[in-house]
Amino acid sequence: MKTKPKLIDELGMHRTITRLAHEIIEHNKGIESIALVGIRTRGEFIAKRLAELITCIEKKELLIGMLDITLYRDDLRAKLEQPILKGTDIAFDVTDKNIVLVDDVLFTGRTIRAALDQLMDLGRPKTIQLAVLIDRGHRELPIRADFVGKNVPTSDNQEIQVQLIEVDGEDSVLVIEKI
Amino acid sequence: MPLQSKHLLGLEGVSRDDIQLVLDTARNFREVLDRPIKKVPTLQGKTIVNLFYESSTRTRISFELAERRLSADVVNFSVAGSSVAKGETLKDTARNIEAMKIDIVVVRHSSPGAALFLSRLMNANIINAGDGTHEHPTQALLDMYTIREKFGKLEGLNVCIVGDISHSRVALSNIYGLQILGVNVSVCGPATLIPKNIQKLGVKVYHNIDDAIRDSDILNVLRIQLERQNRSFFPSTREYHNYFGITRERLLKSKKPITIMHPGPINRDVEISADVADGEQSLILQQVLNGVAVRMAVLYLLGTGN
Repeated sequence: MKTKPKLIDELGMHRTITRLAHEIIEHNKGIESIALVGIRTRGEFIAKRLAELITCIEKKELLIGMLDITLYRDDLRAKLEQPILKGTDIAFDVTDKNIVLVDDVLFTGRTIRAALDQLMDLGRPKTIQLAVLIDRGHRELPIRADFVGKNVPTSDNQEIQVQLIEVDGEDSVLVIEKI
Repeated sequence: MPLQSKHLLGLEGVSRDDIQLVLDTARNFREVLDRPIKKVPTLQGKTIVNLFYESSTRTRISFELAERRLSADVVNFSVAGSSVAKGETLKDTARNIEAMKIDIVVVRHSSPGAALFLSRLMNANIINAGDGTHEHPTQALLDMYTIREKFGKLEGLNVCIVGDISHSRVALSNIYGLQILGVNVSVCGPATLIPKNIQKLGVKVYHNIDDAIRDSDILNVLRIQLERQNRSFFPSTREYHNYFGITRERLLKSKKPITIMHPGPINRDVEISADVADGEQSLILQQVLNGVAVRMAVLYLLGTGN
C-alpha cells in the first residue's frame, strides 16, 4: 500500500466542519426542530463536533443522537467478519424533526440507505438531510449529500481513510492506493 | 468477533468472552424493543423452525417474538398435530426439516442431549431451548443479563438457586454460566431434590432457607414441578411451602434487600408467596422482557456468523 500526502490535515478539518455547521444553520434558517444523528463509528464524532460548533454559533442546545446501522445492512449475510454492535442511541422522538444525518465518507450510498430505513422505523421525520465530510463518488444507489465537506474523485483501487482524534489519535484524511 | 460455536447447546464449557458477547449484544436488542417499530431486518431470508416436543408458554413465545423481530421466517412445530403421533423418530423429523432448507432450529425435548443429537445430524444452527433435566442455556443467559442490568456487574455476587435442583435444567445452566462469570453460586432445597455430589460443581448446599437468605444477594426460585412429583420427594406442597417457600416474613429477617428471580411459571404460595412474586424486589417480569432481547442476540450471533 502507498500513502499519498494528507488530503486534509487537522486545521483543514476544523475549517471544513465549521463551514458545514454554518451551512446547516443557513439551510435550515436556524436550528428549530433540528436534530443531528451521527452514524457510528466516525459519523458519531463528526456529529458531536458539529453540535458543539452549532451550539456555539446559535447559543442554543440542539438534539443529537447516534445510529448503529449494523442490523439494517444489506451485506450481513456476505460479511466475512461479524460486526460488533455499538448500539443506537436516540433519546428523542424523531417524528416531525428535521434530521441531519452525519457520516464521514459517502461512497456507494448503501450505509445511508440502511440509516434511512432505520430512521423511518423510529418515527416519521419531517425531513432527512445528509452531511458528509468526504464524498468520494461511485454511488450505487440514488442518494446525494446536502452538505459536503470535500468532493474527492477517486478510482476503484483507492481508499479514503478518515482519521479522527477521538478514534485514531489524529485528525486527517488520507487517500490510500490499494495494490 | 463471532461466537466460537455454531450452536448453543448449553453453557458448560462456554468461554467467558462468548457469554459476555451475548450479554453485550443483547443490550442493543433491548433498545430495539423500546422503539415504536420493534423490528429490524437483520435475519431477512433466514428460516427458523421451533421444534417443541414439550409444552412451553414463555420460552416458545419469547423465541418466536425474537425471531419475528429479526424479520426471520418462522415455522412452529409442536407434538400435537405432528407426525410424532404417527411414530416418526426425532432423527427422521430432523432429516425432513433439513431437506426443507431450514437455517436455525430451536429445540425443546424431554431427553437430555436432544439438541446435541440434532447438531450432529443437521447443518442448521441448533439452539437448545431445554433438553430434559440437562440445560436451558437461554434462560440462564437472560437471568445473567437481568442480574447484570440491576447490579451493573456479576462478579462477586452471591446467587442461591432454591427448589427442585435435581429436575431443573434452569439450575444446571445457571450454575455453569454464573460460575464462568465469577458469581458465587449456592443451591437450597430438601435433600431429596438436591443431586448427590453437586458440591463437585463448586456450589455450596443449604438445607435451611433462612441460612441461604442470610448469605445471598439474589434468590433464583425454581418452580416445584408438580408433574414430576409422583414419586413424592416431599410430603405435601403445603409442607414444602412451610419449610422452603419464599415469604415476606422470611425476607424481612435479612438486613439487606434480597432480589427475587423466578424462571416461571409460578406456583403461587408453593415455592414463592404471591406478595413476594409481585413485590418490589421481584425481577420476574423484567426477566421475561429481557428474554426476548437475549434470544434476539443469540439468534443474531448464530444466524449471521459463519
